[in-house]
Amino acid sequence: MSQSLPLAELQGICRQIRRDIVEMIGAAKSGHPGGSLSAVEILVTLYFGGVLRHDPANPKWPQRDRFILSKGHAAPVLYSVLAEAGYAPKDQLNTLRKLGSPYQGHPDIRFLPVLEASTGSLGEGLSLALGMGCAARLNRSSSRTYVLLGDGEIQEGQIWESAMFGSYHKVDNVCAIVDYNKIQLDGFLKDIMDIAPVSDKWRAFGWHAIELPDGHHIPALQAAFAEAAGTKGRPTVIVANTIKGKGVSFMENNPKFHGMAPKPDEVKLALQELQ
Amino acid sequence: MTPRTKKNFTLKMGMATREAFGRALVELGKANPDVVVLDADLSKSTMTTYFAKEFPDRFFECGIAEANMAATAAGLASAGKIPFVSSFSCFIMNKGFEQLRVTVAYPHLNVKVVGTHSGISIGEDGPTQMSVEEISLACSLPGFVVLAPADELGTRALVYAAADYVGPVFIRTGRMKAPIVYEPEQRFNVGKAVEVIEGSDVTIIANGLLVAEAIRASEALEVEGVSARVLDFHSVRPLDREAIRRAAAETRAIVVAEEHLVDSGLGVRVAQAVAEMLPCPMEFVGLTGYAESGSPDDLLRKYGMVAPNIAAAVRKVLARK
Repeated sequence: MSQSLPLAELQGICRQIRRDIVEMIGAAKSGHPGGSLSAVEILVTLYFGGVLRHDPANPKWPQRDRFILSKGHAAPVLYSVLAEAGYAPKDQLNTLRKLGSPYQGHPDIRFLPVLEASTGSLGEGLSLALGMGCAARLNRSSSRTYVLLGDGEIQEGQIWESAMFGSYHKVDNVCAIVDYNKIQLDGFLKDIMDIAPVSDKWRAFGWHAIELPDGHHIPALQAAFAEAAGTKGRPTVIVANTIKGKGVSFMENNPKFHGMAPKPDEVKLALQELQ
Repeated sequence: MTPRTKKNFTLKMGMATREAFGRALVELGKANPDVVVLDADLSKSTMTTYFAKEFPDRFFECGIAEANMAATAAGLASAGKIPFVSSFSCFIMNKGFEQLRVTVAYPHLNVKVVGTHSGISIGEDGPTQMSVEEISLACSLPGFVVLAPADELGTRALVYAAADYVGPVFIRTGRMKAPIVYEPEQRFNVGKAVEVIEGSDVTIIANGLLVAEAIRASEALEVEGVSARVLDFHSVRPLDREAIRRAAAETRAIVVAEEHLVDSGLGVRVAQAVAEMLPCPMEFVGLTGYAESGSPDDLLRKYGMVAPNIAAAVRKVLARK
């Protein structure tokens, strides 16, 4: 599938995904709602907005485009999107984090083989994506690889090792997205370990950087992904300014909901807001 | 157990196992277009430079960045390539360990890690470059096959075996030239020890450079009337439990010799198997701490990993029989 659904339909899917995220994490009683909610439009645009060339009926199609959730703690957004796309069972979403569930606490290829990678230890996904990109180039395949990084995640040194590798080896079939929601577990990035200026850092490492003022604006995301696909000779990073906890008023910009599940009354309240 | 094809030894000096690795890699590259190689600014030392010259498109220089190298190899493997990742053992296994754990071992990807300059026999560069823990590190990763060849023939055979096996493999190689233990017709099987010398009074289990030392020890002991069996445990995992069971049953005394910390290498794995199957007295030859700069020969002597140390351990274990 590489045809985009109409914008209204994409926005409807985003609302559904957000409800799923809140319900799943509420049922699990643990998890990371804030960074799942901030990435909803990014994943929905990739999977339903005409970006990824993929086929849910043939998930291991060798020429497929690949997506890696390097910020693995945002697993609920990926699970919900994969279920919506038909890759994974929708009726089991609420088994998140429970024994035997395909929906492990962090994305786990052993329990959910349609995943491209097991992630959760931060800093590793960009290297994986670049390896996949190099393999596609050797195979003369048009397959592209997308990888979503957390903003806190890019504090990891390995990110910058792989950033150097990506531009030096001109892996232009890889596109990284930074979910720049400005909050990490211990608080605001600016108070923990500031990463600004983000786009300038990537540019200094030889990447084509596109900064989106609103990472929840689907047409802007679509345009950025199209620009990335057309950029040759270097990889592209899309720095998407997002809102942590987006869509649920009491979670928005609230560090508390980086890694804390909503209580039953909060789930109820959140679902009302997400009608 | 795999028998050795020839009985007498000259232990003529051969090439370093890293050199044998570098040459085997070129042969493999010709035979299999899916073989790719990654190195972290040490290709002239790990000898992947031969592959890089022959197949520049399939060689990825990663710079001095082992963590990215390990995970990039995982990405290549998940897209169907057979990556060989090479650096000094200490750098790839320590700096790349977490990536090997999460991105390679956990999804059981087809990545081959070849560590060179292992043990203290790297010599003059000193302890920061010496790898004395990597057998332990590799064995702590579930699903990794862990190999430590003794000479150039063993290395070539095990590099081929690693490429044939689908799953993660670690191969330990060394910097210095290694004495030739085997004849060209020798066969090596992953998971099977080679019975290098037959013997009935005691068994010496060794791998890497210490196989040659074990042979020398066995020859010296023969003069004293001691019949010492020598087994090459080039395969640390899978471990040849049948060879261990037979050694315990038939010789009732075992010495393990390795160029590695004795707390966490081949010896403890053999001891675990002995304890499970047929307890017998054991002694261990190897390192108990970090070493220092010096010539490889001086270091191996000072830190007690040459034939006389193995012979002394044999006498000790025989006294406990």
